[in-house]
Amino acid sequence: MAWFRKPKQKLSASDRRDLPSDVFDKCPECGEILYRARLEQNLFVCPECGYHNRIGAEDYLRLLLDGGEYREFGLELRSADPLEFVDLKPYPERLAAAERQHGEGDAVRTVTGRLEDIAIALAVMDFSFIGGSMGSVVGEKIARLIRVALQEQRPLIIVSTSGGARMMEGILSLMQMAKTSALLAQLHEAAIPFVSVLTDPTTGGVTASYAMLGDVHVAEPGALIGFAGPRVIEQTIKQELPGGFQRSEFLLEHGMVDMIVDRRALKASIAKLLRHMLNRPEPAAAVSPG
Amino acid sequence: MSPAALEKEIAELERQIASLKQMADEHELDVGAELRKLEVKLERRRRESYQNLSAVERVQLARHSKRPLTQAYLERAITAIKELHGDRAFRDDEALVGGWARLNGESVMLIGHQKGRDMKENLRRNFGMPHPEGYRKALRLMQLAEKFGRPVVTLIDTPGAYPGIGAEERGQAEAIARNLREMARLRVPILAVVIGEGGSGGALALGVAARILMLENAIYSVLSPEGCAADLWKTASAKDLAAEALKLTARDLQRLGVIDEVVPEPVGGAQLDWDAAAAQLQAAMTRHLQALTAVDPDTLRQQRWQKYEALGAWVERQSKPRRSGKH
Repeated sequence: MAWFRKPKQKLSASDRRDLPSDVFDKCPECGEILYRARLEQNLFVCPECGYHNRIGAEDYLRLLLDGGEYREFGLELRSADPLEFVDLKPYPERLAAAERQHGEGDAVRTVTGRLEDIAIALAVMDFSFIGGSMGSVVGEKIARLIRVALQEQRPLIIVSTSGGARMMEGILSLMQMAKTSALLAQLHEAAIPFVSVLTDPTTGGVTASYAMLGDVHVAEPGALIGFAGPRVIEQTIKQELPGGFQRSEFLLEHGMVDMIVDRRALKASIAKLLRHMLNRPEPAAAVSPG
Repeated sequence: MSPAALEKEIAELERQIASLKQMADEHELDVGAELRKLEVKLERRRRESYQNLSAVERVQLARHSKRPLTQAYLERAITAIKELHGDRAFRDDEALVGGWARLNGESVMLIGHQKGRDMKENLRRNFGMPHPEGYRKALRLMQLAEKFGRPVVTLIDTPGAYPGIGAEERGQAEAIARNLREMARLRVPILAVVIGEGGSGGALALGVAARILMLENAIYSVLSPEGCAADLWKTASAKDLAAEALKLTARDLQRLGVIDEVVPEPVGGAQLDWDAAAAQLQAAMTRHLQALTAVDPDTLRQQRWQKYEALGAWVERQSKPRRSGKH
């Protein structure tokens, strides 16, 4: 199924022979051989070393929302290809291919639902749709979601993962940064909480707009988070980047994120933060790990 | 014809005209007819070639080594700048300048990217590529203007925000993002002008305004043609294709609804006549600023929000119902 991404590191030929690929996986971080079902149960966090494998939008909806229930918005939106952009192939072909492969119309899903019984507005990006890039549809869906948050006084949560602005929509992609930020300005003034969750990887125009405009920034462990991508920086400064550069832990150290939260504790953590910002009491019976 | 070839031909015509004049003086000849012919040709050549510039040629003009930079306009269109320095947190970023200035005698907060003229100045100005502290200085100055009810004018001319280790450590993304949000909230008029290169987020961080002007040969893009070529065509040599595809010229951006007015440059480009370029810019800025200062703060913000909320190009496909997930 689409919701497991293969680890980046390739198994050697001998490993591959030994491992039925649908049953076992090797952790790309610690090399531990993991039983697929156990990994899945563990939200694709390696039980041995805590390595966070990338997961999809649907997984986050399921892990954050009570009962996995939601109402989705903006499913009808598609890019209008404003530049009639053609590189090695026409942009509409890329879009159609992504939609066929992915089942989604663009790189973000926007829903309302409940998180530990708090009514929230939630956006989750998906890196597998054209690199999670932000074009007109991502911008418009997020804009509409923020309007819902404003109208219904729902705290906003955006789970980001993105390579940045979508080149094929040119300047209009860049303008989505200003568009979403203008709506966040209104949310800010209305004092409606916004928790930005940064997952691997979040770079470019998404980082330089809504992902860095949260009241609280929560990062998953080991996520690549930055403005410029590491390759661009290396080409510019012509030297190798230090280990751990632009990872969550680096951002925490430099004061750019508030906390690093294990995926398995993400929901409880966000709930606690929201209850503080909404001035609601902790539920008496709740024993939450975050 | 490339701007270089065009310039060569124009220079040749200018040389011919000069030598003809000199010859006429020395030998007391009547060369009026010949001279007029050359002058007409020169003028026509300038206009013809200039009107049909390709996107690539505009990119070259926008980056022309003799193109007027922020400083040039500060010495002409906007006068008596009292430059202010520093973000009050880390350092003063000289890739971005700002301060109190006068436009037709009116006090405004002027903020602009500043490239260097030569290698020495470019090292100091970091080629007009700000670090986070530059954007934080800009925000500080905008909020200073707001405090005293003065309008903000920004001049945009940058290849982009600097991609480096220090920039990442100090939160380049956060600095840009914060400017986007705070510019949206600002209770005084903001007039943004793209005078040269509008390089991606590094340009946008000074560009959230209800009115955006663009000089005729300026460009404004989500990324450079070179970067786009490398990413999408997988070869830097496709930069001309990328420049066309990105729709980054002033006319393109006006068509897409991103900018509000194209400010004409002298024929051949602003690099040929800084004074004329500055005069045209000053006239346009004055007109737009007058219109903006007549609007009350709440409406100003509303106009800004409405402008950005409308930007984008999407279609709505009917029939797909709202999904209610249950697992």
